[in-house]
Parts: sequence; structure tokens; C-alpha cells
Amino acid sequence: MSFDVEAVRRQFPVLAQRPHGKRLAFLDSGATAQKPQVVIDAVTRFYDRDNSNVHRGVYDLAERATAAFEGARKRIARWIGADPREVIFTRGTTEGVNLVAQSWGRANVGPGDEILLTGMEHHSNIVPWQLLAAEKGAKLVVVPVDDQGAVHLADFERLIGPRTRIVAVTHVSNALGTVNPVKEIVRLAHARGVPVLVDGAQAVPHLRVDVRDLDADFYVFSGHKMFGPTGIGVLYGKAKLLEAMPPWQGGGDMILSVSFSGTKFNTIPHKFEAGTPDAAGAVGLGAAVDWLEGLDRAGAEAHERDLLAYATNRLQEIPGLRIIGTAPGKAAVISFVMEGVHPHDVGTILDHEGVAVRAGHHCAQPLMERFGVPATVRASMALYNTREDVDQLVQGLRRVREMFP
Amino acid sequence: MSDLSDLYQEVILDHGRNPRNFRVMADATATAEGLNPLCGDRYGVFLRMDGDRIADVSFQGSGCAISKASASLMSQALKGKSAAEAEDLFQRFHKMVVEGDASQADGLGKLAVLKGVADFPTRVKCASLAWHALHAALRGESQPATTE
Repeated sequence: MSFDVEAVRRQFPVLAQRPHGKRLAFLDSGATAQKPQVVIDAVTRFYDRDNSNVHRGVYDLAERATAAFEGARKRIARWIGADPREVIFTRGTTEGVNLVAQSWGRANVGPGDEILLTGMEHHSNIVPWQLLAAEKGAKLVVVPVDDQGAVHLADFERLIGPRTRIVAVTHVSNALGTVNPVKEIVRLAHARGVPVLVDGAQAVPHLRVDVRDLDADFYVFSGHKMFGPTGIGVLYGKAKLLEAMPPWQGGGDMILSVSFSGTKFNTIPHKFEAGTPDAAGAVGLGAAVDWLEGLDRAGAEAHERDLLAYATNRLQEIPGLRIIGTAPGKAAVISFVMEGVHPHDVGTILDHEGVAVRAGHHCAQPLMERFGVPATVRASMALYNTREDVDQLVQGLRRVREMFP
Repeated sequence: MSDLSDLYQEVILDHGRNPRNFRVMADATATAEGLNPLCGDRYGVFLRMDGDRIADVSFQGSGCAISKASASLMSQALKGKSAAEAEDLFQRFHKMVVEGDASQADGLGKLAVLKGVADFPTRVKCASLAWHALHAALRGESQPATTE
């Protein structure tokens, strides 16, 4: 098995289009990844053939829908090295963090306690903790980010104190591409009896993740960034933590029995899945996992490393361009600013060259402030990108320089 | 198809590079902030009113060429206008850029160069950001104006 990027690209119908009459260079997979045909087909097939509510009916269709939904959970669990009971379906990473902050957090964080984050977190791994801290009289403590965009274990060692209740850290920075040493961070935290939540949204499309190996207590990610559908995501939690946590949302499916004098809650993972789930989305995410497992992942990772090195090198050709985030071992994400041109203007001009990038603060305003820029342009690559996409980006940036000399 | 050169006209590039009235005004009688939460662009607009007239206007902040040029051209257009005339300009500009009503360009003088923005839906908020701040300043609102 070897990695053939052209064969991979042919599986993504969206990549064949020509915006503004130009070849599409899609370099915004950090925002959302495109979907291979097998994922689109799995969602369609679910609605064509198996659709009915899960865990409810006794008829053939309902059994098939439930089997497809629970089958997806099992495959996702195996893929990240978890037990299926530890895989809770959410709407995405944001909901996963909120669930942990509201359920685990409210039960375990009190006045004067500390929640340790890093300076490179996405707003979705900041604001849920701020809400909790405000409610409980706790405070956020922030691990600093250095000039290259990296965090240091020594800072974790220094900042994990007697009042630290949880460490919440991103695996891969969405804005910079930095890959954090989460396994070592978990080890440090555990040595002090502190659990760790890892935001894996940007990691799962790039890296093979084994939650047992990382020993993370909670690991959250979104389906849509790993070639699956939007509206579905996963919260992995260690069974003994999930079992001890109070439910978050109440409703159908999360109960064993209800009476007006009291309710018995269902076992995990169902305790945390109130209401009708996005069954088609879960099935689509299961298909995305199958698709990823069918690839030569080591080959894909090597391909992405090559793309990152090639792009980093070629971007130096553009006068006045500065890359923000230069930590070693990055994922294939490049954030940059250009002297004399605002990222939005860069984004619009690139769009007319068929190049799709993100321009803005990337939902990481504290990080932008850290680097003294209001916004950056971000080219985030996935395994379906090619050197041709990078060449088109460089060509587009030359056009930007012509207009903004 | 929208053409890039309709958006980035020479006048816009010039005002984006060298914005006019780009300063904090110490003796402002009304100020307001404009914030686009999606991109983080942010401008303060400063007015010195002499009775009902805008005796002086300036702005300060950071954003793209479109938002900066729009704020700069706005500041030039507003000087000496009454509050009612400024409100009228705001409405005309809004109709031209947000609703795509090109007929408004006639009454807008130099601001007409921003007409092309209407064909770039993702950039309309850039062009209208400072105007929302102006609107808030004229009404004496204390909350930052947003493009949302």
C-alpha cells in the first residue's frame, strides 16, 4: 500500500470545480475538510435505505438504523483506541468541551480553583472554561506561547499547582499548526493528580491518535475536519470519569426510567446523548474512519510533511511575507502576514486566483494578540493537497504584491 | 463575474495606504467604536460637533484596505455636514453597498468608488464598518457598533 495523492483527489468531487474559472486550490481544510465520495454516499444511503429513529423501534428499519449508528460508534472507538462506551456523540468539538466544562467542571471546580489552558487555544477551548470559572469563582491560568509558537513542559510543571483542577490543551494549534507534546503534558498533570482534556479537532485529520497511549482523560474532536459530515463529533472520556459525571442535557434516550418523583439515568455513553442524535452524521463519520483506515497513513503523513516543507520554502519568495508559527514538527498549516496588506485583502485576491484560504483571527484572538497581529492569512493543507496547490498560492501572492507593492 | 479591479480601484488603494483624518481626536464631542467580530477589524470614529454641524471628524484603528478606505472617504465626506445630512449619506451608502442599489452612487460623490463592493458579499461588512460606528456616535450610543 502506498499513498497516491492523485487517486485520493479523484474521490473528492468538490475539488473538480473551477471557481472564477480557475483550478480550485483548497487550502482551508483547517476550517473544514472536503468529503470523499464514500462519506457522501454513506449519508445518502442511510437516508435512502435505513432511516428511522435509533434505539426506539422494534421493526426492521429501526434495527438497521440502530446497528448502523452503533456500528459507527464501535469503529470510531477502535480507531482511537477506546471502548465504545467511552465514545459520546456530540455536535462537534465545541459541544464536547462545553459538556465536560458543564458536567465534570460544575461537579469538580470550586471557588479559588484553577483551570490551566495554553495561550494558543481556540475560543472553543477558552470560553466554556471562562463561563465555568465565572460561575464558580475559579480562574483561568495560561501557559505562555514562545516566539516560535510552542509551549514548554517546564511552564506546565511550574503552573500546575495545588489548585489546578484540570488542564485543557489543544493537540494541534488551528492557527499555527504547532503540535503540542500532549503525552508528556498528560504525564506531568497526572503526576499531580490533575486530569487533562485534549482538543483534538486539528489533530485527527493529520495524525494517528491513540487515546490510551496519550492517556488523555478527555479527547474531543469534530467529524467535519476529518473528512466526515458537519454536525457530528466525538467526546472520548475515560469510563470511570464519565460514569461519575452528572448528565448534561436531559431528554429522551439518556434515561432508564422517568417518574415525576425522580429519574434513573441511562448508562454511558447514552447518559450524555439526550434526544434524537445525528444518526446519519454518525454513520458518515464511521465511513470517514473506514476511509482513513484504508489509506496508507504513514505515506499520507510523509506527503503532508513534504507539502509543508515545500510551501514554507516557496513562501520565502514573496517579499515582506512573514510566517507566524515556526515551531519544529508542525502540522501542515502555515499562518502568515504580508507587510502593507491586510489578510482580508490577500484572501479576496487569492480567491480570484482560485485559491481558498482563511483570513482572520482564526477564533484565537489571544494568540493573535500574543504575536501582535490583528489577523493572519492561513493556508491549511490536508492529505489531498498537492505541490500544484502551493504553486497556485505563490502565484496568487505575487498578484497580491502587484496590487499592493 | 465580479472583477477584482472594480473592488480595488486606485482611489481605494490610495486611501487604504494613506488614510486621511487617521488620528485620535483629543477634543472629540462624540466617539464610537466599530467592531467586526468575525475578523477582528476595529475602528474608533471621532466627531467634534459644533451645534448640529460636524466641525471635525477622524478615525483610528486597524482593518483591511476596503474598511480603511471607506472610513477615510467617509471622514472627508462628512466634514461640515449636519447630523441629518450625515444620516442621509449613511442611508445612501448603505443602499449602494449593502442592497446593491447603484443609483445611489450619484448622490455620494467620491464615495461612489465603493460601489463595486456590492458584488463582493464577503466584503460588504468591511466597507460598512466605520459607517456603523459613525451612526452610533451620532446617536450617542456607548456600546461598540458591530457589523452583525
